[in-house]
Amino acid sequence: MKDAVTNIVIAGLGGQGVLKASGIVADAAFRCGLDVKQSELHGMSQRGGSVSSDVRFGREVFSPMVTAGEADFLVVVASDQVDVNRHQLRSGGVLIALDAVDATKLTNKRSFNVALLGALSRHLDFAETVWLDAIRAAFAEKLHAANLQAFAQGRKGV
Amino acid sequence: MRDSDRKLLSGDEAVALAALHAGVALGTGYPGTPSTEILEHFSEIGGHAQWAPNEKVALEVALGVAFAGARAIATMKHVGLNVAADPLFTAAYTGVTGALIVVSADDPGLASSQNEQDNRHYAVAAGVPMLEPSDSQETYDFALQAVEISERWKIPVLLRLTTRVCHSRTIVRPRAPHAPRPAPNFERDIRGRVMIPSNARPAHKRLRQKLMEIQAWNETCSLNRVVEGDKSLGIITSGISYMHVRDAAPQASVLKLGFTNPLPLGKIHAFAASVNRCLVIEEGDPYLAGAIRAAGVKVESKPEMYRFGELNVARVRRILTGDTSPEPAPVPGKPPQLCPGCSHRNVFEAFHKLDCIVAGDIGCYTLGVLPPFEAMDSCVCMGASIGVGLGLRHVLPPEQARRVVSVIGDSTFVHGGITGLVEMVYNPPPTGHVVLILDNSTTAMTGHQEHPGTGRTLEHEPTGKVSFEDLGRSLGIKNVFISDPATDPAGFERLIQDCLANNQLNLIIARRPCLLIAGKIKEYERAGNQTCMAALSEQQ
Repeated sequence: MKDAVTNIVIAGLGGQGVLKASGIVADAAFRCGLDVKQSELHGMSQRGGSVSSDVRFGREVFSPMVTAGEADFLVVVASDQVDVNRHQLRSGGVLIALDAVDATKLTNKRSFNVALLGALSRHLDFAETVWLDAIRAAFAEKLHAANLQAFAQGRKGV
Repeated sequence: MRDSDRKLLSGDEAVALAALHAGVALGTGYPGTPSTEILEHFSEIGGHAQWAPNEKVALEVALGVAFAGARAIATMKHVGLNVAADPLFTAAYTGVTGALIVVSADDPGLASSQNEQDNRHYAVAAGVPMLEPSDSQETYDFALQAVEISERWKIPVLLRLTTRVCHSRTIVRPRAPHAPRPAPNFERDIRGRVMIPSNARPAHKRLRQKLMEIQAWNETCSLNRVVEGDKSLGIITSGISYMHVRDAAPQASVLKLGFTNPLPLGKIHAFAASVNRCLVIEEGDPYLAGAIRAAGVKVESKPEMYRFGELNVARVRRILTGDTSPEPAPVPGKPPQLCPGCSHRNVFEAFHKLDCIVAGDIGCYTLGVLPPFEAMDSCVCMGASIGVGLGLRHVLPPEQARRVVSVIGDSTFVHGGITGLVEMVYNPPPTGHVVLILDNSTTAMTGHQEHPGTGRTLEHEPTGKVSFEDLGRSLGIKNVFISDPATDPAGFERLIQDCLANNQLNLIIARRPCLLIAGKIKEYERAGNQTCMAALSEQQ
């Protein structure tokens, strides 16, 4: 199973940081020396519509797209997008939705996407420092504190 | 190669990096999903990049660069190549002195486009070599190779990407920057570059001769490779489909084609003969399958239902088993919409209220077709709103003709609307006409790029500015109005109503900066003013 590819789908609405979140996961896998592919569709989706992004990593990854019904993890940032994306999960796959994080404990509500990555991180064996480096690389310095706090909050669990 | 040299890049970023490493002197294009990020990234990493008013101009500028002996890249989405097709076909005849790479970013599945045309046909029709990469590493490598092919055979090369290649981030190990830039120098070549019939006839023969040589070279070229596997199933594939094939059929023998015009038919023949069953798997039109069968090689092709939309691993599995049962309907997500507070909303509310017949165009404002506005009656291609509106006006009964408006965005107007406005002045309909330019001071749809109407370059630096109102007046349009639909919606509606009733030619410029970028625009303007002040004080 060591060679197996891990499949993650991150979904939400335009403006919620779906692509930012999937970029951080991909970067974390990249920093671990794994082969990784991240796929997304943008364009029309910038205008508040449904957005989703796939991340696949492992020893060798071919298709950049997660096949429906084969996602190991589904991370959903918007409550009304859970049902739209549930078919992505394989049986036994893990859904990480809004209830995975206590949003009232975030210093900045806009960091909810990163808090969900904290919840996701509990299931992946990337070192915590790798995640933190990937988060710092993804944001301007003034946003580091809020996002690192959100990640820690999500990683703690509810 | 040190592991620290690995990069995680999108296909678009990989093209930009290759252009930089290949010493490309100028990158030019028009924004269009999924190609836009190529020039933005090229500029960010130190390349010389420019937005052109449209793809035709971009390709002509790039051709001039290549005539001067330098290396050029022109980028566009698939439908952009329709606009640039005129220079492309004859540039294949003239050839180039330096290098000319034309990037066509196709959009199978229409993530953000008005059609899903397959631009591989252009390579055949124009007679230019075509490369089709499958991921960012190949995009980087193939772009470098495209420069070499272009210089070796003095011919424009089409680098054909698709949305999933452009917008997927995958690992790239760049080579060291290579190839010193050639020094641009003008060498007269009248018979080679002035395509009057007596020069173009031999030029066409030269082109066909080049393509024969290239085809022979392509038979042994490393851009096409065989992945050895079980001989019971052989798959011929290219582009992103290759990646889906490797997941869906890991045991199969695969002929992965990277250089897909002119095709290495000898290699294809040998591969097909080496396997028991040979299947072509490709996204879009059956381009490979058609050409391979025409060459007398027996291959299976995908069922017609897989011509539509993107391929993915699940669909490739279905193709492998010949499954033509109905596919599960995609779960409908939330559709995009005009942003809350967007001034386009006021425009479409007015159209809706006045029951206008709306000839529309390409941009964010195309979303005016969706509820609650439902105020768009056509959307075809960049600039078509004006011509289509005029055509409707010419023949509809007057009571209907007087309801027709043409609506077009600022960037789209510069791209393809100016000649439509000339047509309106030259052939005015009996009931007059109303053209609205929705000027939000940016190319909003593709992510806020500058254009000639903003007066700022790709890098947001001040430059010459095209004034729509001056342009309209200079063409002889007497009724030119500038109005902000958001500050005075009622006045704006009255203005449209008056224009519809006056039987004259009217140009309304609905001007209000896109609210997503209004703050940024102010920053650019402040920076621009400072630059101007600094230049002035230096002069003094």
